[in-house]
Parts: sequence; C-alpha cells; structure tokens
Amino acid sequence: MRFTLNGKRADVRAHPMARLLDVLREDCHLTGTKEGCGEGECGACTVLIDGLPVNSCLVPFAQVKGARVTTIEGLGGKHPLQQTFVEHGGAQCGICTPGMILAAVALGPKPSLADMQSGLAGNLCRCTGYSAIYRSIRAASGHATERVKARTTSRLVSKPDVVRTFRSALGKRRKR
Amino acid sequence: MPTRRAVGTNVLRKDGAEKVTGRARYLDDLRFPNLLHGRTIRSTIPAGEIAGIRCQFDPKGFTSVDYRDISGRNVVALIEEDQPCLAERAVRHVAEPVMLLAHADRDRLAEASVEIDYRPATPNYDPEASTLSFKRIAIDKGNVERGLAEADRVIQGEYRVGHQEQLYIEPNGVIAVPDGSRAVTVYGSMQCPYYVHRALKVLLGFTDDQVRVVQTETGGGFGGKEEYPSMIAGHAALLALKAGRPVKLVYDRVEDLLATTKRHPAIIRHRTGVKRDGRLTAIDIDAVFDGGAYATLSAVVLSRGLIHATGPYRCDHVRIRGRAMMTNTPPNGAFRGFGAPQTQFAAEVHIDRIADELKLDPVRVREINAFRPGDVTATGQTLGADCSALAVLREAVKRTNFRKKRRALKGTGRGIGLSLFFHGSGFTGSGEVKLASRASLALTERGARILVASTEIGQGTRTMLAQIAADTLGVPYDAIGVNEADTSAVPDSGPTVASRTCMIVGRLVQQAAADLKNRLGPLTPTQYLRKHGPLTVTAQYQKPGDIAWDDVTYRGDAYESYGWACDVVEVSVDPVTWQVTPTAFTTVHEIGRAIHPGLARGQIEGGSAQGIGYAILEEVVMRDGRMANNQLTNYIIPTTLDTPNLDVVLIENPYPRGPFGAKGVGEMPIDGPAPAVVNAIRHAGVDVREIPATPEKIMAACASR
Repeated sequence: MRFTLNGKRADVRAHPMARLLDVLREDCHLTGTKEGCGEGECGACTVLIDGLPVNSCLVPFAQVKGARVTTIEGLGGKHPLQQTFVEHGGAQCGICTPGMILAAVALGPKPSLADMQSGLAGNLCRCTGYSAIYRSIRAASGHATERVKARTTSRLVSKPDVVRTFRSALGKRRKR
Repeated sequence: MPTRRAVGTNVLRKDGAEKVTGRARYLDDLRFPNLLHGRTIRSTIPAGEIAGIRCQFDPKGFTSVDYRDISGRNVVALIEEDQPCLAERAVRHVAEPVMLLAHADRDRLAEASVEIDYRPATPNYDPEASTLSFKRIAIDKGNVERGLAEADRVIQGEYRVGHQEQLYIEPNGVIAVPDGSRAVTVYGSMQCPYYVHRALKVLLGFTDDQVRVVQTETGGGFGGKEEYPSMIAGHAALLALKAGRPVKLVYDRVEDLLATTKRHPAIIRHRTGVKRDGRLTAIDIDAVFDGGAYATLSAVVLSRGLIHATGPYRCDHVRIRGRAMMTNTPPNGAFRGFGAPQTQFAAEVHIDRIADELKLDPVRVREINAFRPGDVTATGQTLGADCSALAVLREAVKRTNFRKKRRALKGTGRGIGLSLFFHGSGFTGSGEVKLASRASLALTERGARILVASTEIGQGTRTMLAQIAADTLGVPYDAIGVNEADTSAVPDSGPTVASRTCMIVGRLVQQAAADLKNRLGPLTPTQYLRKHGPLTVTAQYQKPGDIAWDDVTYRGDAYESYGWACDVVEVSVDPVTWQVTPTAFTTVHEIGRAIHPGLARGQIEGGSAQGIGYAILEEVVMRDGRMANNQLTNYIIPTTLDTPNLDVVLIENPYPRGPFGAKGVGEMPIDGPAPAVVNAIRHAGVDVREIPATPEKIMAACASR
C-alpha cells in the first residue's frame, strides 16, 4: 500500500487491519513511536496523519492509504521543539516524548496555556507534571526566529529564578 | 581552568538528543535474530492449590517452562526468599506466575490455551485480620503515657490510604539471550541491575560470570522497576535457556497493572496529646501496611514509613507500632516515597485536625512543633544544621499569602491547605553500610568515563553524575562519559532507589574523581595514558564516623540527612458532583544544593503531580483479590487538564557531606501533595480522612457528618 512516510513515498505490504503502530515499528523499522497502553489512552504512539495527531495503536493500516504520515523520525532532529524539549526538561524518561512532541507540533505556533492543556490532554507523561513540557513549547515558539547558536551538549541554560538562598527564606529569625 | 562550571547549572542532559529524536533504544526497540516471544500463564484464584495443568494446544514450536525447569532455587531472591518464581502447588494471589510459554509467532502464542485446575482456599483481603506478618517494628522515645497525662487534650484519628500504581509509561519488559546452556544475558527496563543479577544467580544456580544484566533505556520506574524486574528476568531467562534462543517478555498495560507491584495500602491511627497552645506532649501511632501475598520489600517500606510517621515534629514522648501483613492480593512493593507518603499523609492531616480542634492557626501549630537543629527524632537522632523545616514552612506561607487566603476562602466552597514534610536520603539505618556501594571512573583521552550500576530512568542520573565528576576533575562536562549499566562492566553502586543516587553515589563519584585528579598530577589525561596506560579508580562507601544505627533497638541515625518541604494547595469542591479540582499548587523544597536545578525542579514537579494523583484520582479497585480497573481507561492518572500550575521554590542549604552540598530529591515531592489536598478539602468544608478522595468518598464523608 502506498502512502507518504516522513516526506518520502512509501510502499509497504502489511495486513490492512494491522495497527499502524506495528507497521511503523516492525515493517518500517521506525521504533521512535512507542506503545504505552494499546488502547488509545496514553498517546505514546502519537503520529501525525495529514498533520493531525492520532493514536497509531488505534489506526488500521488501511486508513493511511494515500495519506501523509509523520513520525518523530520525520522531524529530523533540528526541529525547535526537539531542541527545547532537551533544554527545558520536557523530556525525562523519554518514553512519552516522541508522541508529546508530535502532539505539540500539531498545536501550531505560539499556543496559549489553554491550547496546550487541551491539545496535549491525550498524551500522558508520568515524569514531568507537564510544566516543563509547557516551558519547552513556549521556548520553541521563540525559536522560530531566534536560532540556537551553540549546539554542543555543554550549552548552559541560565539558572531558574526559583532558587533562593537559605538565609533569605528563613527571614527574620523568631525566638524559639 | 575553572574548577566549577557544571554543578549548579542546567547543562543539557546526556540522553536528551537521543530521546527527542526517537533514537533512544528501549527494550521493545531491540532486535535479535531468532527471537521467541514469551508469555506468562497466571493463576486466576487468590488462594488455594494447583491440582492440575492442562495444555490444550499443539506443542510444536512451543517452549514451555514450569517450576521443574528451575536449576537453582525457585525463589525471587530479595530480602526474604518466600516468593516463588513459578508457583509449585500453593497459590497466594491472583496473577501468580505458574507456567511460561514461548513461540516465534505472537498470535500462536496468544491463542495457546492452558487450563489450571485448583483446590481453592478462603482468601483474606483484610490486613488487620491477617495472621501472617512480614515485619513488626516498634519505635519508642520517652514515655508516651506520661506525655498523654501531661496533655490538655488527647486527639485521635484514623487515616486510610489505598494502593497506587507507579504507572511508568513503558511497561515492564526484558529480553534474555542464552549463551549455551550455562550463561545468560538479560537486557531490560529496570532500576537495579545488580538486584536482577543476584536473583538470576539464585534462580539458575549460576555464578557471577554466568549472568550478565544490561539496563536498556528505561521509560520510567518510580519504584515499579526496583524489584519486579527480578521476576520477569527470571522468567525470560528460564525460557531462553530451555529454548536455546533469545526470548522477549514484554507486558502489555493490562498485564502490567494486573500483576506487578503497587504502593502499600495502609491504615494509620494517631492518638496525640496536646497542650492548649498547640504543643505536642505525646505521639502514639499504630500503622498497618497491607503487604500483599509475599514479603518483597514490605519490611523496609514499613521501616521508612514508621520513621517518618511523626511528620517533621518534635515531641518528647513517642510510641510507634507498625506491622506489614500478608493478604491474598498481588504483592505490594517499592513506589517513590516508600512508606513515607502513607504515614506522612496521616501525620499531616492529623496535625491540621489538631489545629482545628484547638481553634488554632495550622501554620502556628506547625511552627511551634517543627523540628529545629538540635532536636531529637523518634529514633533518637539529633538533627543538625541541615534541618530546614521552619525555613520551608515560612517561605511557603509567605509566597502563597496563606493566612490571608485562608480567611478569604472560608465558606466559598473553595479551600486552601498545606503540608510540612521531610524525607531521609539514602537507605534506612545500616542499609548503606550493608550495601557497601562502589563507583569507578576510567580515564579517557578527554576526561573520564563513569562506571556505575546506578540507572538513568528519566531523573537525570547520567547528567548529574557527569556534572559532579567534571567539576571535581576540572574538565568540561562534555569530557565525561557515562557507561551503560551493564553488570559485566560496572561495579555495584547499589540500587537506584531511596533518594540515594545523588547524595550517596554522587559522593562516591566525587571521591573517585578527586582520586583520579590526584593520580594525574600535572599530566593531562592524554599524557597520562601515553605514559602509564589505562587507569581506573574506585571509591567505596564509608560510613561517616559520627553516624550510628542499631538494627535491634531501632535507635540512632535513621538517615544521614533529610530533605525538607512544604506544599500549599488550593482546591475547589463542586457541590453537585463532589469533584475536587486543585487550582493552585506551590511547593518549597530544601534539598541541600541542586546539582542541576532544572532536573531537580523536574523531579519536584513530576513527584508533585504524582502526589496529586494519589490524593484524588488514582484508585485501584480490588475485586476478589484482583485489580478490576487494570486499564488506562479507568485507572486515572493526572493529564494536562488535571494538573494545576506547579510553582516550585528551591531553598539552598548546602549539606556539607553531600557532593557539592547535595542531598536526595527523588522521593520527597510525593510525600506532601495528598495531605495538603485533603487539608484544603477540609478547609472547604468536607472532613475526609481517606485517599484517594474520590467524589464517592467525599459524598460519603458529607453524608456521615
């Protein structure tokens, strides 16, 4: 069956009712798409079909005939979201990350907090509490115009404003 | 060359690029030629005996294994050796592994029918009615009866917490690759390669060299991959050795939820003597933990739970009694916090109720009683300058405008609550001495490679240890590599648990790096290698001289140091649906010094969200000893829409013995959210004393008023 996979024409023989997830992982050897639950709840298997996010564990292969399918491998590695997810802690254990990044791509440019919350509600992350994911996406919105210069892994990101010294926090000492 | 430039900054994580591109290899991504798939046949009754097993399939192409194929001892070796790897006759819980099958074709494997005949026995699901205890612990300080006699009021309460599932997004999975019939390599998603290594040696009757365990990229652990991988690795190894081919055993979500360990449910009763001004005169606590069917780690979960059971409060007269009891449910085990979330839930809800009963400000009651440096804990440990209970409390109260909000929200259907808590870093008591962990550094052309069995499970082990090594050695962060956690290549730096990796293993890496720097002298790594050849240095854990612990009397320094934290949560309670929505969350943490503030913040945010799930969403429904909601469709963890904005503050109070001042951080964040949420719900008008505080429980609490 013919479809477009990560911008290239693909012709794959697989059972029409095979899960798209399995076809991608086993027939196309693209293992960046992950399985977390197999029932469309966790979003770890999120891919884009014609630009829209879907749970590939719920999509029969036959459904992508002629469609454009994008997996994490299709983003290359220089996509702003890929960079900011590393810089801002959007990826911890990393198992939800490919799906989360693709769902974030589908949000479009400069999403609001409400956009992110509703758009990512189908992608579970157990590590981050989602805050770092929002920070990563916000930072990527700026990246569109502002290029990252340093690419080495030792690039230092400024310390967050949340660090307080012990003394300032204790404030005035009260008598015990 | 600057000596410090990585520690304290947010360097890019070592595994980041691989993870965001999909190149990181998790267990299920590995390919082996000639691979078979494995399947576990499990018991369907909670108690009884196996009378017979009938295989109703054509055995051609199948490998099947039962307990008779075990060449060593049929146990999952951990603390006790009570849990069989494969049931022989007795069955103690639903989903107990009985038999293993492997086949090259997954569909054939799934279709193979195996019927087990049983002689059922009467199951017990009530830990208080159980007659088999895995562990009993007593902690005494002063004389609790005298303390109660000194009190103006005695306030009692009973608190209950349910199971919680770790819910790492990558389910448990391993691949075993045989090397002839007398050696095996197991690859897997795990926290503790040397736990698996030891369990396999005992199960197979193999020597150190006959077993190799390699951690693959691990998609979350949270304790759920502390001891369970020893079980699944044993199964895959048995199949692979018998088949003479690699065997992959990966659970789907349904099986993972049904069969693997969860957080211990507990019933905790407090009886507390207080003066009218809020001072505590006596703390009397009784705790019952539901261990499930086998001992696993229950003894040490109970231990950590009880040591934290008073909350961070001083009191001259303390009596703590606890027991972990056997029930006919799947064994409970390690989960981030390890007993402390259960007991500190009770302590922090109770102290808020004390304030309510005395009509005192909950902040003031905590301020009066909070541990100060120089105070003595229930086990007799004198706290040092690394005790920051008051600092985190005051910062949290100030930052959230707590007192003003508390007045303003009264009677609005919304509420605000707080919790003050602490968490010991490292193994409890003499645990670190017994582990005697080792960490090595191997000199490389540019710097060094870290050799540890401490695993990267998302929390940032590789990055944080590399920062410590880089700055100690005086080389750039990039010049430090981290070896994969492979038992054939790295020393046993202990399990990746107990908030110990940064403080304990980090200190070993720091010591090894200092040693390496010393040996280099004026030479660069390249010059040294040319002149002297390869160099590897190792540091081993040494107990700090002034730390003492007695396992028999349960007296002494339970932990080398503690972290301190305070959470403030605002909630709204829907008067029609009884649904609780957390609307704001602030947490102030003192963890010594953050090696990587971004990673530390990630731990705190993630642990807090998991704690919010524990408080109101995550309910394991047990029906006839079996998890009834073993799917992600109806076991609910927080999504983006359930998680409030998380405001995190780190207070730095460098701990002199920690590497660059660091203490542990991984577990503490999950201790606080549940009591803070429940205290906020009480402030909104509903006195609930059990979590998860689902709408059903809140409605029941209202009805019983």
